[in-house]
Amino acid sequence: MSAPGASEKEVWPLWEVFVRSSRGISHTHVGSLHAPDATLAVRNARDLYTRRNEGVSIWVVPAEAITTSDPDAKGAFFESPAGKNYRHASYYSKSEGVKHL
Amino acid sequence: MTIPPVPYDIAPSPAAGLSPEEQQFNDLIAADSRIEPRDWMPEAYRKTLIRQISQHAHSEIIGMQPEGNWITRAPSLKRKAILLAKVQDEAGHGLYLYSAAQTLGITRDEMTDALIAGKARYSSIFNYPSPTWADMGSIGWLVDGAAICNQVPLCRASYGPYGRAMVRICKEESFHQRQGFEILLELMNGTDDQRAMAQESVNRWYWPALQMFGPPDDDSPNSAQSMKWNIKRFSNDELRQRFVGMLVPQAEVLGVTLPDPDLRWNEEKGVYDMGEIDWTEFHEVLQGRGPANARRLQRRRDAHENGRWVREAAAAYARKQAHASTGTALTETAVA
Repeated sequence: MSAPGASEKEVWPLWEVFVRSSRGISHTHVGSLHAPDATLAVRNARDLYTRRNEGVSIWVVPAEAITTSDPDAKGAFFESPAGKNYRHASYYSKSEGVKHL
Repeated sequence: MTIPPVPYDIAPSPAAGLSPEEQQFNDLIAADSRIEPRDWMPEAYRKTLIRQISQHAHSEIIGMQPEGNWITRAPSLKRKAILLAKVQDEAGHGLYLYSAAQTLGITRDEMTDALIAGKARYSSIFNYPSPTWADMGSIGWLVDGAAICNQVPLCRASYGPYGRAMVRICKEESFHQRQGFEILLELMNGTDDQRAMAQESVNRWYWPALQMFGPPDDDSPNSAQSMKWNIKRFSNDELRQRFVGMLVPQAEVLGVTLPDPDLRWNEEKGVYDMGEIDWTEFHEVLQGRGPANARRLQRRRDAHENGRWVREAAAAYARKQAHASTGTALTETAVA
């Protein structure tokens, strides 16, 4: 299933926009827009999402090209980490008070 | 692989109580969490949001016109650049909101078609003309001020994409109100004629700006449900009251008079008492009989129609490029 909002019925396809706000930070999803092709999608993304120096780099991805997890199966799909709190440092309490641990 | 869409219209069977999906929706709302696009949601919630978000988007788009009117006549290069930036922001705000509405299953084209066919509503404030430069000040100070007052609580709206769009909008909107205030302040520090122009403009925009919060609470049928769903956080009258409370000291700084002879501080209640709002005017404008309704819609329709060849040419070019890069033959049907 593609990202929400995409429709084959529209003249221009939907693109999802990701912006790197500054060096050292990963690209983050900021929103979407319509554009006829990738070149114009990048250009429109600049105008729409970086009018105030919000970014140093932009990615655009056709919404149709995004595959999402099955929304109906969200419970079961993400169940496996539940009950596995031994994966978190806070599970190990005996070392409390010991320095540098 | 095609995964079927979420069946959001499953009705809970009365015998078995709530469906698990509806129970989950109710739990999320009760926990003041967020609903995301692919979650199950009541059909009425979806419809309310589509209506509200698309009307909001239309307001931003139509809202470009009263100020676009002054771009070529702004009194200095600096003012022209500021006005351009502001109008560009409004286009951007419209686009953020259209995108948010699209996640609910309506297309951009459907929303645009509804607007230009005159079937969709937008804020009645944009159906007033902007004949003087002082109106650029009043629109920023009063209209954007009222909008911010309305919009800040919407950043916490229960529908995730709407709240996120509103956060971005609110960040950008604060410059709009300040630049409007500055325009009025400059006029108020100017000649007698300039002061009169500022006051006359405030007189025209004050009441319509107060109407932007919508009808009084006892005449606002959808408000209660929207508040239960955490879409709306404060009632129309509460927000209006809060706005007037902020305006009074600002008007003092400007030296303008707010055109309400009944406006006075109520020591007992701790709020300002206000005069009666002319709701007949509000409903008239909403029904399409305001001073500029026809002009605004015609302008939007013309822009859409005149831009059609550009949209189609760009789409055709994109298809042609895609075919060229994949090496497939471009047939007549492919470009049709």
